[in-house]
Parts: sequence; C-alpha cells; structure tokens
Amino acid sequence: MGETLRHAWTLARKDLVLEFRTRTAILSAVVFTALVLMVFNFGRDPSAVAAIDLAPSILWVTFTFAAMLALNRAFQLELDNQALEGLLVAPISRTSIYWGKLAANLVFVAVVEAVGLPLFVLFFNVPVADVLGPLVGVIALATVGFVAVGTLFSAMLVRTRFAELMLPVLLLPFLIPPLMGAVQVTARLLAARPLSEVAGWLRLLAAYDVVFLTLATLLFPHTVEQ
Amino acid sequence: MLRVEGLRHAFGRVRALDDISFHLTPGQTLAIFGPNGAGKTTLLKVLVGLIRPQAGTTHVEGGPRAVGWMGHQAHLYGHLTVRENLLFWAALYDVPAPLRRARVDEALRRHGLADRADEPVRALSRGLVQRAAIARALLHEPRVLLLDEPFTGLDLAAAAEFRRLLAQLAGAGRIVVLATHNVDEGVELATDIAFQQGGRFVSLGPRGGRTAGAVAEEYRRAVAGG
Repeated sequence: MGETLRHAWTLARKDLVLEFRTRTAILSAVVFTALVLMVFNFGRDPSAVAAIDLAPSILWVTFTFAAMLALNRAFQLELDNQALEGLLVAPISRTSIYWGKLAANLVFVAVVEAVGLPLFVLFFNVPVADVLGPLVGVIALATVGFVAVGTLFSAMLVRTRFAELMLPVLLLPFLIPPLMGAVQVTARLLAARPLSEVAGWLRLLAAYDVVFLTLATLLFPHTVEQ
Repeated sequence: MLRVEGLRHAFGRVRALDDISFHLTPGQTLAIFGPNGAGKTTLLKVLVGLIRPQAGTTHVEGGPRAVGWMGHQAHLYGHLTVRENLLFWAALYDVPAPLRRARVDEALRRHGLADRADEPVRALSRGLVQRAAIARALLHEPRVLLLDEPFTGLDLAAAAEFRRLLAQLAGAGRIVVLATHNVDEGVELATDIAFQQGGRFVSLGPRGGRTAGAVAEEYRRAVAGG
C-alpha cells in the first residue's frame, strides 16, 4: 500500500508540475467558469425567478463542465511521446496510476472550484457566509465521486478518436445521481434549511463516492490493457 | 535469464508471432532483424508485458523491475526538462532517493546531455531525445535490455557511442535484445542473430564469426528472397 501511494504521489506531482508549466487546461477551465457564471447572471430575469432558486443548478452545471476539461486532459498528457506505454511497463501497480491521476484531477478541479465559488457568490449574491463549511464539504463530497468516474472514463477513451467529444457523452449519465444530490443539498444550504432535511442525499453522495471509487480502482487496470 | 517458449499472437487475421521460442543467458545479445510488419515490435511488447500473448510464456529473471525498455517513442514528457524526466522515471523504478540525483547526473554525463539537462525535452532535437530515451531505459540498471529500433535518429558519433555502451553492458552480464529492420545496425554487437518474417523466426542461431556483410547476405536470402 505504501509503495502504491508513493508511486501515485510521484505521478500526481508530475501531472501538477506539467499543468503548472503549461497552464493551458487550468486557464481554460477558469475562464470557462467565469464566462458561464457571467452569462447565466446576465441572462436571467431577476424579477421572474429568484437567484437563490436558480443558483444551485447553475453552480453545478458550471463545475461539471469545467471539470470535463480537467478530465479530458488527464490521460492526454500521457500521449506525449507515448509516455503511457512507459507507465504501463514500469514496475508500478495500475492502481497507483489511477490514484495518481485521480489525485491530480482532484487538485485541478478543486482549484477551478475555489475560483468559481467566490465568482458564484459575487454574481448571484447568495448568502454563503453562514454555510461555507458545509457547502465546501458538499462540493468536496460530490467532486470526489464524479472525478473518480471521470478519471476512469478518461483512461478508457484516451486511445479513441474523438475522445474529447465522447467523454461528456459517456460520463454525464453516470453523473446524474451525484449532481442531483449536490444540487438538492446546495439548495437547502443556501435556503438556510437544516442539514437533517438532506441527510438522505448526503448518504447518497457518500455511497456514490465509496462505490465508484472502489469500482474505478478495480476496473482501471482492465481499461489500459492493450 | 530470459526464456521465451511457444509465443503466438495475432491481430485479427494477421499473425504477429508464430511459435517464437528462445533462451538467453547473461552476456548474450540477440539482434532480431526483419522487415516492417515482421512482428519484431509485437515480440518486444510481449516480452516487456505490454501485450498478453494468446499462447506461450515468457520469463524474465527479476521480473519487470529487471527490464529496461526503449520503444519507438521516447516515453518522455515534452514540457519537463531532461533532468526532471529522468528523476521521475527513477522514482517510479524505485531507484533509492539518496542515489537518484547522482544516478541521473551520471546518466546525463554519460549520454552527452549534461549541457542540456535543464532544457525541456520538446526543445531537443530528435537525436538528443533518443539519447535521453536511452538514458531513461538504463537508469535503473536493468539486467535485461529490450530495444526497438534504438539507432533511429542518432547521428554517427552518438550511434557509435551507443554501440560501445551496449557492448559494455553485455560485457557486464546484461542481456540485450534489439530489434531493427536495418542489418547494418547492431550486427557487431550480437552474440546471436534471428531473422523474423511473418511472425516466425526463419533463422535463429549464434553469430559465430560472421561479418556484417555475410549476415546481410543471409538476411536477404532468408527474408527478402534475394
């Protein structure tokens, strides 16, 4: 286990250094997030629908599609000089490759969300100060689940044509449960309702994380076989 | 020790490996010559564990950690420097952390890359990338070295230096398997020579005292029908 984690960290660190150096995907994701929030803000009619009713859905649509950019690039990096082949030959477990990619993707998506959340508050003027802790917790809970599934799909599609097109098509149906949960919980939090009202959704989010992290870890080695 | 018995593999109706068997002991260098599509790369990919053969077995003493692999591509990340790439691969191959920097510095010096060590790989010429790929493959001091068209892109001086290095490695008890379509490359290094065509070894045996010219003539007769 220690060796797997060490190799996973080596891989994740390499991916983050590469991203820090090129800044292509992170900049695209952040700009995308800002633009989407701005368009939704100016596109809505404030006299027809209250911001607080729309805000949770808008937040999660934005985070989901921004995360796609990260997930798309996760294994594209490994096509550089066929580095993926080198990883598969190296004496490291396939699990460490998956966990390394997952960790890097989580950091990447977390950065996008960290930029997106203040913009969301700014544009929609929703009260988050009192619920910031639980809100961050829900964002983390939902993000782990969909990044776990997305990382697996990204590996499956990396050698296919139109991978960037196929990823959202295949991934979005799997994201329906965590997104529904995340939207429901976010809506209740922003309306200052007690968390006990959404205990079921929170359990669903936690269960989704456990089930799909386990499944993705078990399935990943089969997705990268030649 | 490297032992291969009864390897068979096909891609659809194309037979890539057809009953390949051989056995190499430390110090032996097998040069595999064959035209494009003969199955050389498939054989090396099976030996390195990238392809699971449909039949037959391979055994490398020491397992994956004992194998150094250089494929058609360099397995290096263009946006990392040469040094960063080598440190990354050294970590994945479990080169002990206290030795890593010294080992990488030595590899950079030995392969004539010391002056370019802190430049990103994408800024290097094809020949220099190939040298870096050789350095990467040898970093963990493998007992078995598998090389696919290793002289591609090297200038005359670098190719001569690489041949000297391979001779040293064989002299130090390493097993080397190199595959190429060019009979002029690698003959003088080989203790054993195989001609591969249509997935089969049409000839396999010790080089004996045969000169490069004699081997080339035999190759033409055996493979090219000339």
